[in-house]
Amino acid sequence: MDVMPKWAEVVLVPLISLLLAAILSALVILGIGEDPVAAVKLMISGALGSTYGWGYTLYYATNFMFTGLCVAIAFHARLFNIGGEGQAMLGGLGVALACLYIPWPHWSLALVGATAMAAIFGAAWAAIPAFLQAKRGSHIVITTIMFNFIAAAVLNYILVNMMRPQGSMDPATARFPDATKLPTLHDMLAPIGINFSQAAPANISLLVAIAACIFLWLLIWRTRLGYEIRAYGHSESAAKYAGISPFKITMIAMTISGALAGMMAINNVMGEAERLVLNATEGAGFIGIAVALMGRSHPLGVFLAAILFGFLYQGGAELALWTSIPRELIVVIQALVILFTGALDNMVRMPLEKIFLTLRSLRAPKPERKPVEPAE
Amino acid sequence: MTDTHEMERQATAAPAIELKGISKAFGPVQANKDISIRVMPGTIHGIIGENGAGKSTLMSILYGFYKADKGEIFISGRKTEIPDSQAAIAAGIGMVFQHFKLVENFTVLENIILGAEDGRLLKPSLAKARKSLLKLADDYGLRVDPDALIQDIGVGMQQRVEILKALYRQADILILDEPTGVLTPAEADQLFRILGRLKSEGKTIILITHKLREIMETTDTVSVMRRGEMTATVKTSETSPAELAELMVGRKVLLRVDKDVATPGEVILDIKGLRVVDDKGVERLRGIDLQVRAGEILGVAGVAGNGQSELLEVLGGYQTGTGSVRVNGQELDLTGKHSDGQSRRKHGIAHVPEDRQREGLIMDYHAWENTAFGYHKDPAYRSGMLMNNAAIKADTVEKMERFDVRPPNPKLAAKNFSGGNQQKIVLAREIERNPDLLLIGQPTRGVDIGAIEFIHQQIVALRDQGKAILLVSVELEEILALSDRVAVMFDGQVMGTRDASATDEKELGLMMAGITEAQSTPMEA
Repeated sequence: MDVMPKWAEVVLVPLISLLLAAILSALVILGIGEDPVAAVKLMISGALGSTYGWGYTLYYATNFMFTGLCVAIAFHARLFNIGGEGQAMLGGLGVALACLYIPWPHWSLALVGATAMAAIFGAAWAAIPAFLQAKRGSHIVITTIMFNFIAAAVLNYILVNMMRPQGSMDPATARFPDATKLPTLHDMLAPIGINFSQAAPANISLLVAIAACIFLWLLIWRTRLGYEIRAYGHSESAAKYAGISPFKITMIAMTISGALAGMMAINNVMGEAERLVLNATEGAGFIGIAVALMGRSHPLGVFLAAILFGFLYQGGAELALWTSIPRELIVVIQALVILFTGALDNMVRMPLEKIFLTLRSLRAPKPERKPVEPAE
Repeated sequence: MTDTHEMERQATAAPAIELKGISKAFGPVQANKDISIRVMPGTIHGIIGENGAGKSTLMSILYGFYKADKGEIFISGRKTEIPDSQAAIAAGIGMVFQHFKLVENFTVLENIILGAEDGRLLKPSLAKARKSLLKLADDYGLRVDPDALIQDIGVGMQQRVEILKALYRQADILILDEPTGVLTPAEADQLFRILGRLKSEGKTIILITHKLREIMETTDTVSVMRRGEMTATVKTSETSPAELAELMVGRKVLLRVDKDVATPGEVILDIKGLRVVDDKGVERLRGIDLQVRAGEILGVAGVAGNGQSELLEVLGGYQTGTGSVRVNGQELDLTGKHSDGQSRRKHGIAHVPEDRQREGLIMDYHAWENTAFGYHKDPAYRSGMLMNNAAIKADTVEKMERFDVRPPNPKLAAKNFSGGNQQKIVLAREIERNPDLLLIGQPTRGVDIGAIEFIHQQIVALRDQGKAILLVSVELEEILALSDRVAVMFDGQVMGTRDASATDEKELGLMMAGITEAQSTPMEA
C-alpha cells in the first residue's frame, strides 16, 4: 500500500513542483526588473488566449507526446533512452523519403505511409544501441547520446549532398507535394463550425499522438508484452527465472521507443515545415525526458505533461516576442520546470508523505499501508 | 561524577539492555505492544517468534531505524535515546542483519572501516584498522583474510565480516537477526562457537530466530513473541522445544512431517553427465547423474555453493549446461533456443526458486500479477490480444484462500507480505499448475514454523499425487523429514545417494564435507 493516496501522488506532487518552479521563475523575472504577474498573464494569453495560441501550444504538445512516450516505454524496461532526438531526426528522413519519392493520391494514405516510414527509421536508429546493450553490454545512455550526434551528422550530409534540390542554398529537401499536405486543426474544425486559426501549425498528427497514448497504455498495462517489459524493468533476475528473454525485451522496448520518437516527424516535418530542414527536432527529444519524468511514465501523465510543456514553449515564445525578457531567460524558466518536476521530485514528495502520515495517524483506523515486519 | 566507583558497580549490576513498555504501530497494525525485556550482560538472549511477530521491528527500534511510539530504552542502566543507528553504535550496539550490508567489490578491510574511517586519507585508517582487525581476530577466534574481496568469500565468511564490523565499532551488545538463515549446518555450528566465545569475553548477544534448535543449543534466556506481544521470557534450561513452539504459535505443531511410505513410479527426471561452467569459467557442476521417479521426493543436501543452485538453474532453464537431461523421456534443450523458463514450463516443470525475492517474485508487482508470473502466456489468462486481468485476480483470490495467504489481498504488492506469505504465493502458483516435476529450492528459508508445516504438507501432498519432486535445501533436518531418497552434493558432484530411512545426519554430514566411507581425510572445499 502506498503512503499517499493516488490522487496526491499523481496530481498534488507535480502541481506543487510546478508552483515552486513558478515562484523561482517569478523571482528571476523580478531580479531583472520585469513584472512577473504581467509575464504570466502574457504567457497565458499568448499560449491559451486565442486559437492561434492554442494551435501552437498543441503543435508543440504533439511533438512532446511522441518523445515523452518514447522515453516512457523504455523506462518501463528500465532503459534510459536519451536518443529520442536522434531517432526523431531519422524519423524525419523517413517522412521526407516517403513524401518526396512516392506519388501519394491522397493525404490520408500519405499519412499512413509516412507514419510507417517515420516509425521504421526511428526504430532502426534505436535498435542499434539496443543491440549493443543487449549483446555487448554497452551502456544505452552513452550509446543513445552518441547516436544523437551521429544522427545530426548523417542528416547534415544527406541534406547538403544528396537531398538538397539543385541550385538551392538551403540545406533542406524540396517542398513536399501538395497531396501530402496534412489537414490542420483549422481544416478539421471548420466543418463543425469552429473557426480555428489558419496560421497555427497544429494538425491531424495530434490525433495520431493521442491514439499513440491510448495504444501505449494498452500495451503497458493490458498485454503480455507490457507485462514482460515491466517485469524485466523491475527485476532482471526474476525475468530470467520466468523465461522472459532480456535480449528480446531490450530490443522490443527500444524499437517501440525509437518508433514513437520517429513518429514525431509526421507532426514537425510533414505537418508543419512540409519539407525536411536541418535541426527540425529543435530539442523535442530531450524535452521528452522531462515529459516522461513528470508524467511518471504513464501515458495519461505524458499527455498532460506534454500539453504543459507545449504551453511553456508557446508562452515563452510570446514572452520573448513582446517583452524585454530575453529569450535565454525563457529557457531558464523551462529548465526550472524540468528541474522541479523531474529531477527534484523527491524534494516535494518526502515532506508530502510525512504530512499524509501525520494526517493518517491523527484519524486513526484507516487501511493498512506498511508491512508489520519490513526488515524481512 | 562524585563517585565513579559507585557508578561502575551499578553499571555491572544493571541489565545490558532493558526495554520498558515499547509500543510501535504502523498505521492500524500494532507491530509491538507494550514490550518489556531485560537482558543481563554476558548472556545470550534469544528472541523467538513467527514471521510478523514483531521481532525485527523491536530490534529496529533498538537500533534506531524506527522510533517507538511509547516506551523507554535503558542501556547498562542508563536511559538512552536512540534516534538513529549512529546513536545505537555510540551506545555500543552492533547489528548483524539477515541480509548483509556489505559492498561486494570492496575487500574485507575496506568494508570494516566503511563509515568509520577517520581522517581524510584512507591509507592510515586502513593500516590502523588492519591492526585492530588482527587483534579482534585473535581475541575472538574470528579469522578472516582482510584483503579478500567480499564477492569471493562464502556466506559464512561474509557474516563473520559483519560481526567484525560491529566489534570494530566497539559494540558490547550484538544483535543477530536470523543469522543462520543463509548458513549451512557446519557454518551455523561455527557461528555458535563464535557466539560462545564472544559471550565468554563479556559481550551481550541477542539472537533473533525462529529455529527452536538454535535457541535450545545456544541461549541462556529466551523471550517468545507472538503478534507483537511478548508472551513469555524463560530460562532456556527450564523449557523445552515443544513448549516454546506452542508459545510461538499458540497451538501444537508437528516438527516431523507426517507421510506414508513412497510408492515411486516411472522415472520422470533423468540427468546424465550434466556439466555447468559459469561465466567466470569455473566448472560448477562436474558430471551429475540423478534420477527422480514419479511419486517420490529426492532431497539434494549439501553445503551451499556446491552446485545445488546451478542444478536448479539449469533445470529451470536460465543457466546453460552440457550433458543430457530428460523429462518424461523428452530431451531438454540445455543451450539453445528452447533453453528458457517458458519451454521448461511447457515440459511440465514447475520451479519454486531458492531466492523468492530475487527470482520467484517481482517485489513491486501486486500479488495477482505475481500469480501469473511465468505463466502469463497461459490462454486462461488471455482475452483476445489482451491479458484477462479479471481472470487472474479471481484465480489469485482462490489460490490465496487455499494456501492461507495473509492478508488475502490480491492488490497488495509482493514486498508487503511477510516471508512466509511470499513463499506461499510462489508455492500456490507453482504447485497448482499440477506439474510432473517440481523443482523446489530452500522451501522454508526465512519462513515461520506455522507456515513451514503447511508448506511441507503441500509438498508431500504433491508427491502423493504421483509427481516427482526435486528438493534442494541446506537444512538437513528438512531434507531428512521430507525426502524419500537423499543425494549429497559436494564440489559440483553427487557424493552418493541414500534412502532417507537408512541414513542419518551424521553420515550425510560427512558426505557433505566430501568424505565417503573409503576416505577419512576431508577434501579441500
